[in-house]
Amino acid sequence: MSGIPHDHYEPKTGFEKWLHSRLPIVGLVYDTLMIPTPKNLNWMWIWGIVLAFCLVLQIATGVVLAMHYTDNTQMAFASVEHIMRDVNGGYMLRYLHANGASLFFFAVYMHIFRGLYYGSYKAPREVTWIIGMLIYLLMMGTAFMGYVLPWGQMSFWGATVITGLFGAIPGIGPDIQTWLLGGPAVENATLNRFFSLHYLLPFVIAALVAVHIWAFHTTGNNNPTGVEVRRESKAVADRDTVPFWPYYVIKDLFALAVILMVFFAIVGFMPNYLGHPDNYTEANPLATPAHIVPEWYFLPFYAILRAFTSDVWVVQLVHFLSFGIIDAKFFGVIAMFGSILVMALAPWLDTSSVRSGKYRPSFKWWFWILVVDFVVLMWVGAMPPEGIYPYISLIGATYWFFYFLILLPLLGVIERPLPLPSTIEEDFDHHYPAEDANAADAAQPAE
Amino acid sequence: MIIKRIALTAALSMLALAGPAALTSPSWTAGAALAAGEDATTGDTAAPAEAGGHGAQHIKDVSFSFEGPFGVYDRNQLQRGLQVYTEVCSACHGLRYVPIRTLGDAGGPELPEKQVRAYAANLPEITDPETGEDRPRKPSDHFPMHVDPKAPDLSLMAKARAGFHGPIGLGINQFLHGIGGPEYIYSVLTGFNGHEKTQAGVTLYGNDAFPGGWISMPPPLSDGMVEFQDGSPNDVAHMARDVSAFLMWAAEPKLEQRKHAGFVAVIFLGILSVLLFLTNKKLWAPIKRKQVRL
Repeated sequence: MSGIPHDHYEPKTGFEKWLHSRLPIVGLVYDTLMIPTPKNLNWMWIWGIVLAFCLVLQIATGVVLAMHYTDNTQMAFASVEHIMRDVNGGYMLRYLHANGASLFFFAVYMHIFRGLYYGSYKAPREVTWIIGMLIYLLMMGTAFMGYVLPWGQMSFWGATVITGLFGAIPGIGPDIQTWLLGGPAVENATLNRFFSLHYLLPFVIAALVAVHIWAFHTTGNNNPTGVEVRRESKAVADRDTVPFWPYYVIKDLFALAVILMVFFAIVGFMPNYLGHPDNYTEANPLATPAHIVPEWYFLPFYAILRAFTSDVWVVQLVHFLSFGIIDAKFFGVIAMFGSILVMALAPWLDTSSVRSGKYRPSFKWWFWILVVDFVVLMWVGAMPPEGIYPYISLIGATYWFFYFLILLPLLGVIERPLPLPSTIEEDFDHHYPAEDANAADAAQPAE
Repeated sequence: MIIKRIALTAALSMLALAGPAALTSPSWTAGAALAAGEDATTGDTAAPAEAGGHGAQHIKDVSFSFEGPFGVYDRNQLQRGLQVYTEVCSACHGLRYVPIRTLGDAGGPELPEKQVRAYAANLPEITDPETGEDRPRKPSDHFPMHVDPKAPDLSLMAKARAGFHGPIGLGINQFLHGIGGPEYIYSVLTGFNGHEKTQAGVTLYGNDAFPGGWISMPPPLSDGMVEFQDGSPNDVAHMARDVSAFLMWAAEPKLEQRKHAGFVAVIFLGILSVLLFLTNKKLWAPIKRKQVRL
């Protein structure tokens, strides 16, 4: 393996040698756990473990839930109530699974914004970033299809609205929509295929997570300074790094325990807080809910989808230039997928040679505006599209594209970054100076 | 069990002290300040509701025993609510997802087994799915479905309606007050303002809590309609409270077990967090060149 020089697994006993020459699996686990990790990682580097935990939690609870769930439009809603009332611990499994999705998305947004601030997407970690974006897309698909399964009112109408997006594609759109739904509308065939895919995609995600980890274990972790680990020799690399086990395993487990404490408080005391009450009413194709609102984690992109209405001049211009092929609805769909695409393209849009936002005085401000923008879009996505709200979502959506398409390329050219620490060791020693320890030693010698 | 009760009571009183300060919207303060005794209606319901309304819902805040992280159901209230449901609501509505046997389950009305059997036998007959013949209901059967097809099923009503949305729709106060489903049911039952109108041959009744202000259900409760065995007050407001609590149980029968599990999980994770924090501190100390005294 390439990457940062470190000790590798050496089989010692006869059996270890025998196994290692046939299947070096112990070596793989050893090298993965003992990977040299920059010693200056801060608390924003814990979300990866949280995400791995979420995936395991969702698969474990989901597999059991699937044993009791019935994917039939006549029985799905009742089977969920069966889980809630009759299955041993079923209420807990379902609430863990439903709220687990929220924890998953909360963690992934923290993880993504961490990457955006510290420039984790930049060379040589572009592949890690792209795979991460693929995982995120699959997560959205899985979560969306999972939300349809209880067959409540929001399940049904959410599925109708979201698959309708594909119907907006000119020409082939309606055919794609029919193909996705398995019929002209959301019905039993839709529920069956969504259940099948909802069970399949998490395993695809698990495989991609392995590739994601493989990729950044090859390049090494980014870190808050964005300065690379020195690799001249193992002795030098050791001054910048600590092995993942035990240092980061324990640190990450501590963070995970704290986060799970909040998570279990929500599951135990307010499990329906993040859900929509309408989903406790069985799906009824004849009664449309007053407001069709997606789950909170889709709201920023839902706001971008709705931002570009037909009275926006850009939409009118595109409509005119495309001879009417791209109407407001299709424009909104392009904008929504585009907003994720521009994020995926960040490694090539960002021209700055400095990785970490810590050393980029003006980038820092624009980044925090982006975070605020994301939260505002999330809020406005839950509001009805009337009054002031469409203007807010239009401004928010515009800033999103402005940040990725104009600011990132431009800032790298015009910004003067602050001086970087020459090594990770230097940065770390600056935070934890050796003198302090000696002073403390002198003050309290009897220890 | 007793120890648990004491712990819950202690925690509950702590919460009651912390409550008003933690409340997020001013209208809550009035509701929380009033103890669990009489109707705790908020300030905004005191203002005369517009006749018929324009969809402005007035959800009254009621203090229920099962609110907050440590709230549990009041058995007697659930039993009274069951009686109101049986004598009044079930004339039109149903509880199709609720198995009758759960009336005897822990954390519910906890009727004795004999009473559960008797209750099941008194319900309308059911068509056995295997034999296709009608037979008396058994505790393993579910409550009957609705009688009037226009009357919605009430199994999940307390979770399918949100009474509270909190400041700017964030609803953080749900932690202390629940989602407000039972409050919504209570408000609809006590929200009739005496107005009536006929629209397309259907009589609608003015209701301050129902979306749109007009409901097709005639006022179901009147004072003294149900005679409680324990002599509890049986005016409309009290009966509405009791049946709202019962419907909350019908929607969330595992509420007590869930809160218990959540409480245990939080305690254990808290202990684990402290241990991991100390482990982490000690582990990193030589790297950070710090003294650790443990």
